[in-house]
Amino acid sequence: MPKLQLRSLRELLFPLFQIIIFVLGASLVTSIVVLLLALLLRGTRTDTDLLVAVISVLPQTLIDGITLGFLYALIALGYTMVYGVLEFINFAHSEIYMVGAFAGAELALTLQSAQVLGVIPPLLYVVLAVVAGMIVSGLLAVTVERVAYRPLRGAPRLVPLISAVGVSFFLQDAVRLFESFNRNAFYLTYPVIPEFDRRIIFGSIATASGGTMDVGISVKVIIFIVAAVLILIALNYLVNATKLGTSIRAVAQDRLTASLMGINVNQVIAMTFLIGGSLGGAAGVLAGIKAGTIDPFFGFIPGIKAFTAAVLGGIGNITGAMLGGITLGLLEAFVASYLTLFSKGALPGADYAAITAFMILIGILIFRPSGLLGERVGQKA
Amino acid sequence: MESPQVYILLSLYIALTAFGAFTNQRSLPIFLLFEGSLLLIFYARISNVAKLIYGALVLLVLLPILGMRNVYYLEVATQIGIYVALALGLNIVVGFAGLLDLGYVAFYAVGAYVWAIFGSSHANEFSAPGDLVVIGVGLVAALITGLLSFAGIKRFLASGSKEKVPAPWGGVIQWAAPLIVGVIFYELAWLVLGSSVGGSGRFPIPTGWFFLFLFIAVGVAGLAGILLGTPVLRLRGDYLAIVTLGFGEVIRVLSKNLDKPVNITNGSQGITPISRPPLPPEVIAAPMRAFFSQIVGRPFQNPDLYGLYFFFLALIIAGIAIFVARRLDDSHIGRAWTAIREDEEAAIAMGVPLVSLKLMAFAAGASFAGAMGMIFAAKQTFVNPDSFTFMESIGVLAMVILGGMGSIPGVILGATIVTVLNLQILTEASLQLSALRQSGGMIPILGIPWTKFPNQLEPAKFQRMVFGIVLIVMMIFRPEGILPAKRRRMEIEEALHPEEIEGDIAPSAPAPEEK
Repeated sequence: MPKLQLRSLRELLFPLFQIIIFVLGASLVTSIVVLLLALLLRGTRTDTDLLVAVISVLPQTLIDGITLGFLYALIALGYTMVYGVLEFINFAHSEIYMVGAFAGAELALTLQSAQVLGVIPPLLYVVLAVVAGMIVSGLLAVTVERVAYRPLRGAPRLVPLISAVGVSFFLQDAVRLFESFNRNAFYLTYPVIPEFDRRIIFGSIATASGGTMDVGISVKVIIFIVAAVLILIALNYLVNATKLGTSIRAVAQDRLTASLMGINVNQVIAMTFLIGGSLGGAAGVLAGIKAGTIDPFFGFIPGIKAFTAAVLGGIGNITGAMLGGITLGLLEAFVASYLTLFSKGALPGADYAAITAFMILIGILIFRPSGLLGERVGQKA
Repeated sequence: MESPQVYILLSLYIALTAFGAFTNQRSLPIFLLFEGSLLLIFYARISNVAKLIYGALVLLVLLPILGMRNVYYLEVATQIGIYVALALGLNIVVGFAGLLDLGYVAFYAVGAYVWAIFGSSHANEFSAPGDLVVIGVGLVAALITGLLSFAGIKRFLASGSKEKVPAPWGGVIQWAAPLIVGVIFYELAWLVLGSSVGGSGRFPIPTGWFFLFLFIAVGVAGLAGILLGTPVLRLRGDYLAIVTLGFGEVIRVLSKNLDKPVNITNGSQGITPISRPPLPPEVIAAPMRAFFSQIVGRPFQNPDLYGLYFFFLALIIAGIAIFVARRLDDSHIGRAWTAIREDEEAAIAMGVPLVSLKLMAFAAGASFAGAMGMIFAAKQTFVNPDSFTFMESIGVLAMVILGGMGSIPGVILGATIVTVLNLQILTEASLQLSALRQSGGMIPILGIPWTKFPNQLEPAKFQRMVFGIVLIVMMIFRPEGILPAKRRRMEIEEALHPEEIEGDIAPSAPAPEEK
């Protein structure tokens, strides 16, 4: 018995260790690159001291990047797990994520109108909303699999993919319709919790214009990151240390042999969709709480970026999805805040950050289709 | 098989529906029945010549006349023409070569922006008189266009002459290709000379060059297809789909943001006014004016004439698209595409050059979109990034899927159905609904007044849901489409129910060629 407990402890601590390494490593690499660039380009600029300007926004950029990275990691896990067992890109996963955000918002608004929200501790509210999002999204993912994907198993690859595109469009309009009946507006706003908007200030930093700027992190972001880390650890435990996880891995490795070993493949696939979908739902609720307002079309772009993250890390590989998500999030945050600075405002970083993800996707697929940690899957063997 | 009754019934049907639509200009069902006559002509057991005559009668005579009575019908018919050509282009990529392209609208955008930038005064923004940029870009574009069209046409012809009797028009194309390239060079030289003489007001390009610019738009869009395709075509199908989707977004974001540092696309405000092609000379226009002013019952103005003009333009280009798509399908290129689609490894083993053929499919599809994008820009006289969203790509994909991947009549039908559904049925249903609301009547069975009918159920808002349902339902119940291509249908059935098909053909020799 003690042996088993030790193993469980290891399964819990090892992913935490992994995540910390990924975050620190990716932050360090991106920071060094941008600082070197600033040093190199410093001589060409007379209007502002580039190095000071870069350093002054660095902490905020890192925080933004890590937050974005965890969001992508959570969504990417849904893509990567489904890809692992079915070799199929679940295009509708971005809508599963969106539906999760709506489920959380519905719960929050119901609690608010029932006057419960001010009474319960804010953290409990977050937990309730996340659980609601996970349940709704997970069940929706299973339903979608049953209705739109299972009948097409074995068809040419493009057939289920097209069906998934259809599901994605259908869900967007279905949610819009539902919400326009329910709340008379197709976008929803999460209730404001004053405690969450508070910023914890660490200190201040000099800016290029000569003044100083506070360095801090808002409570919302801390909640986001902590929740994401907890979910990732739980997932790792589930996949690596439980019987269900073993059967998922077996199906991913070889579906036929797994079925010969007495594994109910259909059930395992459904469970994979349930887990992946509920992760997406949790991500949706957390992103919704952080952003405030959500609409039925807000899942599309994060969905594609998370897919990029999954490919970046090596699709089908759960650790890879986490690494890819964090890396992509940091890269995007760095492009968003530094492209404008380096190009003297000629190129708006926020807009070009969206393109960065696609450029990375194309680059990765060309030069290292296996991703950072995965096996070779991008090309036909 | 032919019998006089078929002719009589067909003529009667066309005459009745046309007369009905003529007298009830606002009735959508009658107009839809009239549109359906084209389907009847397609299915009727009559000779091809008779089909052609009937088709020409409906498309060239009756539809313009009806369209002049109710201008919206002409607009719908023009849109159908545009979407038929677009869907045929996508069909080359998705249906023939089996590569899923989710960012097809990017090439449409490229074509539209090519004409928008040079066909309006916008190009003056980023080019000083005599600027080397314009000259360089123009010449390079012309050169590439020329080479591409040359190479493409040569292969195209070679494919025709090798295995089948050379078509009579083959020689014409061979003869015309150098001429076209020459004219493009001449035009650009003129442009450059004119710009150095004319000073600041060099753009817009004189409208007379519209049709030659069409070649440049085709070339630039084809080039964009090759540029995208070269790095990504080695990828497996589903990855390719996501990458093309990303490319579509990249083009949209670029067109939204390329107003700085150099103002090329004018950002999200878009470009306007874009010049239109010149109207036909008065010799042709005057009798048309006289004829149509009788029908409309008021003086026939230039906007009306432009309506007709774009209808015929869309019709001609859709016709060319059908012709090219059919020739490609029958050529050895088309057979190689089929081979790639069905089994890539086997195709490689048979010596099919995989990457160059996939590139060719991409470029061919893209160039269709480029041409239609240019027509779109000239027709609307306004483009902005919002016209080129992912939604448009999916709309065109839904047309191809609905009609049947790889089947040319199917794709035409699919494009028509989706366009009519989008522009006429959903819109008309919304209009009827608001009319019912105004009238204050009751919903028949429920006994609730129409005013209580929820606003949220307005049919015109359901585009996404309709596309989504079309895609899912078609994939589950009829993945080969409404009018399937025979070969495609076999492929899909074979994949979904291997045992049945094997049982059918295994004992005998391999299945005979369908072509």
